[in-house]
Amino acid sequence: MLHIKCPHCGMRSQNEFSYGGDASIKRPNLNKEISDQDWDNFVYNRKSLRGKHWELWQHLSGCRQWIKVERDTATHEIYYTLKADEDIL
Amino acid sequence: MQKYSIFSLIKNAFSNHDKWDLAWKDSSPKKEYDVVIIGGGGHGLATAYYLAKEHNITNVAVIEKGWIGGGNVGRNTTIIRSNYMHDDNGLFSEFGMNLWRRMSQDLNYNVMFSPRGIINLAHSDAQMNVYARRGNSMRLNGIDAVLLNREQVKEIIPMADFSENVRFPIFGGLMQPSAGTARHDAVAWGYARQADSMGVDIIQNCEVMGFDVSAGKINGIRTSRGDIKVKKIGLCVAGSTNILAEKLNMTLPIETHLLQACVSEPVKPVLDKVVTFGAGHFYLSQSDKGEMVMGGDLDGYNSYSQRGNLPTLQHVLTEGIAMMPFLSKLKMLRTWGGIMDMSMDGSPIIDKTHIEGLYLNCGWCYGGFKATPASGWTFAHTIAQDRVHELNAGYSLNRFNTGYLLDEKGLGTKTWIS
Repeated sequence: MLHIKCPHCGMRSQNEFSYGGDASIKRPNLNKEISDQDWDNFVYNRKSLRGKHWELWQHLSGCRQWIKVERDTATHEIYYTLKADEDIL
Repeated sequence: MQKYSIFSLIKNAFSNHDKWDLAWKDSSPKKEYDVVIIGGGGHGLATAYYLAKEHNITNVAVIEKGWIGGGNVGRNTTIIRSNYMHDDNGLFSEFGMNLWRRMSQDLNYNVMFSPRGIINLAHSDAQMNVYARRGNSMRLNGIDAVLLNREQVKEIIPMADFSENVRFPIFGGLMQPSAGTARHDAVAWGYARQADSMGVDIIQNCEVMGFDVSAGKINGIRTSRGDIKVKKIGLCVAGSTNILAEKLNMTLPIETHLLQACVSEPVKPVLDKVVTFGAGHFYLSQSDKGEMVMGGDLDGYNSYSQRGNLPTLQHVLTEGIAMMPFLSKLKMLRTWGGIMDMSMDGSPIIDKTHIEGLYLNCGWCYGGFKATPASGWTFAHTIAQDRVHELNAGYSLNRFNTGYLLDEKGLGTKTWIS
């Protein structure tokens, strides 16, 4: 069982959270021309790192806030958690 | 190579079974190969076998970081089926069914193929309609499908929960009578033995450290057991595809996730079908040893750990008990996990790449085992002919760019939400 420290609520069990995927993906800036490749990278292509991975989780059965979590995808160790609007370290 | 038969069995009984040949050699890497297959799982070994058998290319090595058959081919729930709605998936899988039916004879190795049939349960009128549509699509592609009503399902699997006041009553189901199971290890070993006998080098404990690419062309690979010059490379490492893609500066439409499975203690024969729960994600069959073999949802977050987490297991088994209450009386014998390539539309990729001589076989999600022969056959064709076969034309890498997605389940890009 993972234990995730919600920046709003404190340490909670994994059961209260739902997963939202890679947090480093940025939506392309739609004000300027973007290539198909940029759009593919945003929608489909993922590095899926082995090791430290910044990812989104939602505290669904808690404060319902989206948060950012840095977790090791091989050992499940969690290093940092941030609020959704805080920049990845 | 020694042929396995009743006569060779009797003959070897007289020498206390001490004189059997090794099923395959423990090869060391040569300096140069025509084709190197990276990944000694079911798909990699099948690819090597069909390269030798169908295309007469025998200067081939299969290199494997661990031991052959130690990854997902040894970790799955052994289900074989072709009950897909979309043409690309259905025709590909049904081609594979024909290879399964004669695999034991082809490989001279008993893979214990057991076409016992699969039933997908439906729990609402709407779901019955969806299954009727899928069944019709299957039959149009020459795949057997039978729509069962509640009474017919009850006759086949009376141990499922048919009581009145249940949350997910059984309305009926879709059956593919020709689907079934096979002995997963035997598939890997059978392909390895035949490939080896035709001259393929199977090299274990050999990790790929990097690729030698120049002017957009593959020249060789660097491994933990030395450099190898090679013209063509087949990447066949579902679960670790992203790790090797990173070494090639490629980013793929794949996330790596963990799937668990488990078996109960062995019990007397009770279930002679593969059954799936339609109101969640749970599938069940009984092995020849009597164990109930079960699986279900992904753990739900990126993982390379090859071992699972309890909340998902609890969730999956809750569904199992809702479907077949007798499961609650059984003790669990083993649980384990494997890591999957979750592609962004839930369908695999077997294709050429932008690098000349590099071929890609990945993205099998949690449906890789049944695809083993068809995947090996089409991948061997793609590598040998340097062009895709019509059977794997739908499994292109650029479909994510062109929009021709193969979204069988309609889940969108978040295929790990199951």
